[in-house]
Amino acid sequence: MTKTSIKSRRARETRLKAYGIASISFALIMLATLLISIGLNGYSALQQAYFKVEVSIDVEKFIDESGALNNKKMNLFNWDSLVQSALIEMFPAVKDRDEKKELFAIISANSGYDLKETVKSNPLRNGSQNLAVWLHLSDDADQYLKGRLSIEIPEEDRRISDKQIAWVDSLVERDIAKLKFNKTFFTSADSREPESAGILGSVIGSALTLFVTIIFALPLAVMAAIYLEYFAKPGRITDFIEVNVNNLAAVPSIVFGLLGLSVFLSTFGLPRSAPLVGGLVLGLMTLPTIIIASRASIRSIPPSIREAALGLGASKMQAALHHVLPLAAPGILTGTIIGMAQALGETAPLLMIGMVAFIIDIPTTFTSSATAMPVQIYMWSDSAERAFYERSSLAILFLVAFLISMNLLAVVLRKKFEKKW
Amino acid sequence: MTLPISFVFFVLLGLSVYFYYHAKSSIVRKAAFLGKRSKALPSHYGQQSFLWAFIPSFLILLVLTIGGPNYIDQIFYNKIQELNPTFNESFVSLILAKVINVSNGKISTDEETIIILAKDYKIAFEQLHFYRGLVVILCAALLGMIISYRQKPGSNAREQVEKFIVNIFFASAVIAIFTTVAIILSLFFEALRFFNLYNFFDFIFGLHWAPNVAIRTDQVAAEGSFGMIPVLLGTLLISFIAMCVAIPIGLFSAIYLAEFATPKIRDFVKPTLEILAGIPTVVYGYFAALTAAPFFRDIGFSLGLDVSSESAIAAGAVMGIMIIPFISSLSDDVIRAVPQSLRDGSMGLGATKAETIYIVILPAAIPGLVGAVLLAVSRAIGETMIVVMAAGLSANLTVNPLDSVTTVTVQIVSLLTGDTEFDDIKTLSAFGLGLALFFFTLLLNIFALSISRRLAERYD
Amino acid sequence: MRRNGEIMTSKFRTKNVEVYYSDKKAIRDISLNIEKNIVTALIGPSGCGKSTFLRCLNRMNDVIENCSIKGSIHLDEQDIYGPDIDPVELRARVGMVFQKPNPFPKSIFDNIAYGPRIHGLASSDNELKDIVYNSLEKAGLIDEVKDRLNDQATGLSGGQQQRICIARAIAVSPEVILMDEPCSALDPIATAKIEELMNELCESYTIIIVTHSMQQAARVSKKTAFFHLGDLIEYNDTDKIFTQPENEKTQDYITGRFG
Repeated sequence: MTKTSIKSRRARETRLKAYGIASISFALIMLATLLISIGLNGYSALQQAYFKVEVSIDVEKFIDESGALNNKKMNLFNWDSLVQSALIEMFPAVKDRDEKKELFAIISANSGYDLKETVKSNPLRNGSQNLAVWLHLSDDADQYLKGRLSIEIPEEDRRISDKQIAWVDSLVERDIAKLKFNKTFFTSADSREPESAGILGSVIGSALTLFVTIIFALPLAVMAAIYLEYFAKPGRITDFIEVNVNNLAAVPSIVFGLLGLSVFLSTFGLPRSAPLVGGLVLGLMTLPTIIIASRASIRSIPPSIREAALGLGASKMQAALHHVLPLAAPGILTGTIIGMAQALGETAPLLMIGMVAFIIDIPTTFTSSATAMPVQIYMWSDSAERAFYERSSLAILFLVAFLISMNLLAVVLRKKFEKKW
Repeated sequence: MTLPISFVFFVLLGLSVYFYYHAKSSIVRKAAFLGKRSKALPSHYGQQSFLWAFIPSFLILLVLTIGGPNYIDQIFYNKIQELNPTFNESFVSLILAKVINVSNGKISTDEETIIILAKDYKIAFEQLHFYRGLVVILCAALLGMIISYRQKPGSNAREQVEKFIVNIFFASAVIAIFTTVAIILSLFFEALRFFNLYNFFDFIFGLHWAPNVAIRTDQVAAEGSFGMIPVLLGTLLISFIAMCVAIPIGLFSAIYLAEFATPKIRDFVKPTLEILAGIPTVVYGYFAALTAAPFFRDIGFSLGLDVSSESAIAAGAVMGIMIIPFISSLSDDVIRAVPQSLRDGSMGLGATKAETIYIVILPAAIPGLVGAVLLAVSRAIGETMIVVMAAGLSANLTVNPLDSVTTVTVQIVSLLTGDTEFDDIKTLSAFGLGLALFFFTLLLNIFALSISRRLAERYD
Repeated sequence: MRRNGEIMTSKFRTKNVEVYYSDKKAIRDISLNIEKNIVTALIGPSGCGKSTFLRCLNRMNDVIENCSIKGSIHLDEQDIYGPDIDPVELRARVGMVFQKPNPFPKSIFDNIAYGPRIHGLASSDNELKDIVYNSLEKAGLIDEVKDRLNDQATGLSGGQQQRICIARAIAVSPEVILMDEPCSALDPIATAKIEELMNELCESYTIIIVTHSMQQAARVSKKTAFFHLGDLIEYNDTDKIFTQPENEKTQDYITGRFG
């Protein structure tokens, strides 16, 4: 009797173990699936289809009396038609108006603008000059070249027609269209055209926002933590503060967004969509995280250090600031990094304060309209164009890689400074 | 003459630093003159002067910077209203916005009155900036001089500085209270305005949610209905699905990690799960919308089921994956907090590890585990991005996980990201939902935190 | 100071001192005078309140929450719990060495220099250096560490660390040094060094030492106070206490019946 029962008892243990292993494997497989599926979606956005266009430009047209480039004159010039006529030269057979329109759809709608910017950035030479410029193909042509548009389905369901496919193929054959490294993605802000859209605007928006967050949250959190650990007299107020801190750490982030909307925007009248407001909202949100981490770090410093200082006639404040705080700094830093990683990935509160707007300019100040990386990802994945999906995925890869390295840094710091007293 | 904020700030900082050095050297002179040793170090007197000169002036600068423009706007609002008392509120606001934009040079206009107002507006701003700078700098200079004059070698500057700093520290800690109060007040007052327009009980118990208010604003709430039950039900349905995924997987992972795993496995799995926890929710949302939802639809299709493309099950399952590490790491802590002596006692009687876990450890850890699960539920309810991207917008009163449902957070986002006016009933209803969300999660959090605190006390 | 032909050497005068932790009374009704420039030992079984009493002498108990004290303690005729006394200044006059060596995780130099720095004892870097060297010399440590003043103090041996702590206390030029079982974490050789040091230091400082070792009390102190369950049982010359104690409990304790 005992034998069988021991067997079944052992089986129970094996089962429990198996559930555990299965659960962990499931979680890890999901993590892998998530990252791989996004990676597969996104890697192709590292490249972008370009075509080479040769244009001749009469610089004299854009120069004013002083001999410098005149922006107004440049803006008035019809760059689009310059690109378009160059394109028609490549396909002399295209004559019909509708056909021309179809042809122009294979190149980016921003081609003229891009050409102008290239000319502006080129060194200025007198007289007319011939330029060979690589410009973006349209997102559909780009997706076709990457094999992301299936051409098996009937033509009328496709975003790219048979004719257009033939033109693109012919460009590729003639070696004047190819996939090149997608520099635009890293150097420009958002755009209506996927081929001109980049993450730089949102990266800078995130950086400005996080800067405000850390300037706001870190000092306050450290001061609050020191107060709660060393100066707070036990009593109702201290208890109430603690309950509040712990609860705030678990309040849904969108509620902080609502707070920002009604306090910072409508009561204080701060500007919408501004990194300043985003930073303050995220700061309030990460404050409890950093307070809790800082308190834990301060508490891990042995009391004997503090006693030594007090025994020498240091005041409580001196003991805290001269001895405990420097020793607790690595732990506080770790908590801050984790809090910042959390803030960097946060989207919902930013939606509430209008950082979800479509913004073409790269933000330059704390009050200019901006968006943030996760919001950019959200907006792109909401777009209709297939080419935005891959950009969204690539942006995710960068964001996640950055967040993982932040978290790893926190882990490494913790390991390095983990002291056994 | 304009004094931009950065200029004022740096002058303020410079002045304060000057007073630091001034106080430091003057206390040494004073002490030498009296032939006494000063009670604190010279640098303490310097710090005192710095703080006294800097902090009050800095606060004045903040108040004027935030309050000043609002005050000017109010003045011009009244001015516009006086010009034409027949204008209603929103029209006056519209003109004010125009005036502001004209004065910033963002738009141009030919309307004479607006141009004049814009000019006045610009002048008012310049005056505000000028007086702000003047007041702040004078205040700092005056305070700095007063404190330097009053410092005597016999006064204990260190003690006074430290008292001041402790008060600043206290104020920082109190911000946590202020934040909570601000959340409650802002949600409450906006929600109150909503309940002025819409019956409170219709909101709480209404079975129909369709915030499509008619285009004409005078049709207050005539067409829109704001019954939150379907929205709440959708929230609970998705959270329930998420919990069905997260609780078993999170708990079993935690048990395995705490009781069976070798240190090597632990060292690998724990940080990896932390990565899962560190992935932004917008990424899960993307995954739910673009990978999970089509996956579930295809499976449903092959089984002959009609699965919505914004099915609750896709959003819920992905949310569950997001919450796994949350539950597993909290539960891991709880299980490891159960004293070793309990384990030893059970194992010493010849119990297997599994029996020890089922009979001794889990019952001992139950309050903590319940706390962890409640925190996770609170998180699922408040989670926004996954559902915004993968769940639907229409509020269906259903518990079918294959249907599309909407959640509280989805509605808040969709109501507040449109180009609606702030006073609009739709905007206000979002605050009603926000208030409900806040209290719901607050109750869960407080309950969960008190449970886990009680556990911590038991084994202290 | 001589008056009426008798040497007036009281450094501390305590009267009816009682200490409470919350409502629990830790020591009751302690009245004793501690003499100047000798070593006084406080002995007794653990939990008898000797450390609590010691920590009253430089108000280190202030830091502990819920701790309250009654009675009076005078240092040179000044009530140290008086309203005009800053505990910070008091602790500069009454230094303390703790049970476990607790050097700051900083360089040896910074450890010694910290006290003089916060009290503004040195007006120049050279003066600060002199203070550090003198303190190390007094603590008998200068030869061992003079070449590595910039090394971490935590890298030293336990005995050296404790002497760093003593040097650190000396650097503030206190009048009294309180030692709370300074040798309990040290080996016998390090202990002997510290005891020797105490003998030298008591020429210029008043030393009060809490110890659980009766032998140590007998070796280093001139006067000994025996505490038991929060009461002061006996206070007398060390020789007397160890040879002919007046109280039965003292007798029992030193002969090893309990403790």
